[in-house]
Amino acid sequence: MATAQKQLKKELTINLGPQHPSTHGVLRLVLDLDGETVVKCTPHIGYLHRGTEKLGENMTYLSAMPLMDRLDYVSSMTNDIAYCLAVERLFGITAPERAQYIRTMVGEMTRISSHILWLGTHALDIGAMTVFLYAFREREWILDLFEMLCGARLTVSYPRIGGVRNDVSQEFIDSLYKFTDEFPSRILEYETLIDQNRIWLQRTKGIGVISAEEAINWGLSGPTLRGSGVTYDVRKHFPYDAYDKVDFDVPVGQHGDVYDRYRCRMEEMRQSTRIIRQCLEKLPRGPIMAPDAPKLTLPPKEKVLADMESMIHHFVLITKGPMTGQSGEVYSAIEAPKGELGIYFVSDGTGRPYRMRLRAPSFVHVSALPRLSEGALVADVIANIGSVDVVLGECDR
Amino acid sequence: MSSTIIDGPAGLVEVEEGVKIIPGANAIVTSLDKVVNWSRESSLWPMTFGLACCAIEMMTTGASHYDLDRFGIIFRASPRQADCLIIAGTVTKKMAPVVRRVFDQMPEPRYVIAMGSCACSGNIYDTYSTVLGCDKFLPVDVYIPGCPPRPEAFMDGLIKLQEKIRGEHMKWGAWR
Repeated sequence: MATAQKQLKKELTINLGPQHPSTHGVLRLVLDLDGETVVKCTPHIGYLHRGTEKLGENMTYLSAMPLMDRLDYVSSMTNDIAYCLAVERLFGITAPERAQYIRTMVGEMTRISSHILWLGTHALDIGAMTVFLYAFREREWILDLFEMLCGARLTVSYPRIGGVRNDVSQEFIDSLYKFTDEFPSRILEYETLIDQNRIWLQRTKGIGVISAEEAINWGLSGPTLRGSGVTYDVRKHFPYDAYDKVDFDVPVGQHGDVYDRYRCRMEEMRQSTRIIRQCLEKLPRGPIMAPDAPKLTLPPKEKVLADMESMIHHFVLITKGPMTGQSGEVYSAIEAPKGELGIYFVSDGTGRPYRMRLRAPSFVHVSALPRLSEGALVADVIANIGSVDVVLGECDR
Repeated sequence: MSSTIIDGPAGLVEVEEGVKIIPGANAIVTSLDKVVNWSRESSLWPMTFGLACCAIEMMTTGASHYDLDRFGIIFRASPRQADCLIIAGTVTKKMAPVVRRVFDQMPEPRYVIAMGSCACSGNIYDTYSTVLGCDKFLPVDVYIPGCPPRPEAFMDGLIKLQEKIRGEHMKWGAWR
């Protein structure tokens, strides 16, 4: 009798990842199963730990930018913007108005491309193959626009400390107008595919429910938090760049399940299109780099070649980095597509940060996976991983 | 070699180098190397295995716009069904044993593509936690530079691998 009871309680331990097509990279979950029910879920991270924070501490403020692209590699533009805003706050400079509008615009484009990729892969995981092919059609469109803007598709390094790298061309503006005209109809196409799909509803409704209070306590942010009905958005509460000059709504869910988080992201894509449209219409004239900080931002190339003073600044900036001479610390956060992306610097006045720390939303969201998955079925774990939208580059850093 | 085996009344017509047809007999005469290599190169099944940023470009190449299916390249989720491992991203010291295990699970013949600068050489991540190039523990066939490589570059790498397979000699069975 005793042995029979022992056998009944025996749990099966399975390994989900690090090599699994649905774990969005190299996430590893160790699942203890009782039948098909998950009893315990333990995330194991660090399979993509590249030492970004330590590398950043050994690079000047100017040269650490490419590291940021490769954190959350599906939304590299917002990572760059977060980094630039943090360094700008440390130096006490602000980007000119035109640069702020351009940053807002490209940031929202990145949000759309990140959400499209999320939609495609999330639907693929749950079993809807077609959405993936539709989604990548529009993602390619945005990547083409990025290429037109700065020559890179994925890892852009387009924003600069104190502004942006180059001005937008008329061709880019025209193409972006066309994009904002057509994109809302494409969102409708995705919704036609899955919004009322019975399988999709069964796989997402009432799955991975988390209440508003718990979501706040777990430190969730972004659409994952807003799906639970909390109207927290860094763009609204702590506006940066041009977000206080544009009009947009923050969509929230009600039930806090996978379906509501999906609805939030779909609605965010519409709002992003609205923001891009407003930025294009309001785009002011003027410089794109902060002119008042020659010792902190790189002077233009033509001045470096002609002017002695600019050449010295350029040389010092490249070799030693932008030196403020004042020690201090700064925390600056933005609303990345995944959630609140914060960057914390401790500066000792030299051209390199004494300490660089990244508050990555994916890291926090992975920690909430056991809360969402325990008690659910194995198939729901896949839906949960997709719905919290983790990118392991950012999580492991 | 092959042309001497059958010499039909109508004579052999060479349609391609090393491939001859017998008109009217509905038959092709060629070497076994050619047939084996042709079948391998035209159904290259890579493993669905992304490590970092390059995996996104790998997905893009497989999706609607670039469409790898037209090369006969279909991603397979199981290493047992795959014959090409694409190392798409930074290999860390924690991940390297897993990558090697996936490679060991694949049946022969198998090929490895190092996609992106990280997989080729480690890129800027010369730190305590990364492996500087996946050729430290895998036999790499094709290196694709770029950070990340464009889908066109990735497709070029796959075509280079197909060319390499086309040039193979006497690799017909498990005994190699």
